[in-house]
Amino acid sequence: MAAYFQDYLLHLADNAVILGQRNAEWCGHGPVLEEDLALANNSLDLIGQARLLYQHVATVRKDGKSSEDLLAYFRDVPEFKNYTLLELPHSTALAPTTSGDRDYAVTIGRNFLYSALMVLVWEGLKASADAQLAAIASKSLKETQYHLRHAHDWLLRLGDGTDTSHAKMQAAINHLMPYTQEFFTPSAMETAVTKTGQGVDTGPLQAAWNAMVDEALTQATLTRPAPGGFVTTGKTGVHSEHLGFVLAEMQSLARAHPEAVW
Amino acid sequence: MQADATPSQANAASAALPDGPIALKKPNDAFYTTWSLLESVTDPEIPVVNLREMGILRAVRQTATGLEVVITPTYSGCPAMSQMQDDVVNALSRAGVAARVLTQIAPAWSTDWMTPEGREKLRAYGIAPPHPSGCGSPVANVIQFSSKRAAGGAELTVACPQCGSHNTTETSHFGSTACKALYRCLDCLEPFDYFKPY
Repeated sequence: MAAYFQDYLLHLADNAVILGQRNAEWCGHGPVLEEDLALANNSLDLIGQARLLYQHVATVRKDGKSSEDLLAYFRDVPEFKNYTLLELPHSTALAPTTSGDRDYAVTIGRNFLYSALMVLVWEGLKASADAQLAAIASKSLKETQYHLRHAHDWLLRLGDGTDTSHAKMQAAINHLMPYTQEFFTPSAMETAVTKTGQGVDTGPLQAAWNAMVDEALTQATLTRPAPGGFVTTGKTGVHSEHLGFVLAEMQSLARAHPEAVW
Repeated sequence: MQADATPSQANAASAALPDGPIALKKPNDAFYTTWSLLESVTDPEIPVVNLREMGILRAVRQTATGLEVVITPTYSGCPAMSQMQDDVVNALSRAGVAARVLTQIAPAWSTDWMTPEGREKLRAYGIAPPHPSGCGSPVANVIQFSSKRAAGGAELTVACPQCGSHNTTETSHFGSTACKALYRCLDCLEPFDYFKPY
């Protein structure tokens, strides 16, 4: 049981750190200056949330060997428990590369779908049986509301915009939506922490998430693609080919200088 | 991502503290001198307001192991937090006071904890102070956020800190830091920061 709770904390932390790393790719490359700043701030919040969660894992383990740095920089792909959605490149291409053209519609679509889930998850986790996780949830909720607001506004602006922006936003939603099935597909870890009251079951949140997503897509004149497709398994450690490249960039400096202090 | 020199002990500290801000600095307080010393410690990003006015400074207390100063972090990723922690320690040690700094995350910091003089200082500095933070369900808050502009009617306006006009518009949800949004005054045409409710 204790191991499941640690995995659950890692799942929440890895979600935040991987999306934070992805969104930070826009730093210095944003479509406009304001969006460059917005995405950098969004990443900062996410990485801050990840730090609090990793620190909590290190405290819970009490092995004296864990630290936020070791957890973020010295684990490999199968040990990461983030949703596959969050490791995807900012692209709808079937075989994209990290260095390829980034598509802002994918960035906005993913931030919207994930933030819409997380406002519900953090709200639920405010009542977690684990006091520290409840405290982290209260803080993270305030930040995630701004992330959702930002992504929601741009979803509307791009969806209900020009023919080109509409087509790109629709393509992004079509590309991303199948990955959201993972949000609501139960895993052993989530079932276990729901039982202990430490985590929240995403199943009952699905109706509220659907309502938020459908309302926003309708307002944005976008169509929700038919459900179905492969259900990804990132949260169990089985990832897409993309996570390794994210980790390579994120971890290389720390691994080149282990235990460096500055 | 270096671990802080002073470990966070949120759980240990939370039991002893009330839910709201503790921006007390009374002449009869046992730690009046310490509170006064800490008046000089400001937010490195907003050097006109000190930590007490920001609602970041939560408590000063004596424990078996020495003097403790409890601060509460603002945004999870705020890069200024460790600087503020160092500044507290340095301000006290310059005065010959040894103290530990504890970081407590619950209850979560809120912009509602800013003192009235802190808000006025922000405004004078050119940053519009925050409206009260939202209450109610998170979804309702988000929907309220996004429909504010669409509905147009009952919108909470942000007054321009330069000319006081309420004829202002948001140019970006995120400004130079995560805690601020970017606004522009449509009367005096000055751009300005708005400290977002948190």
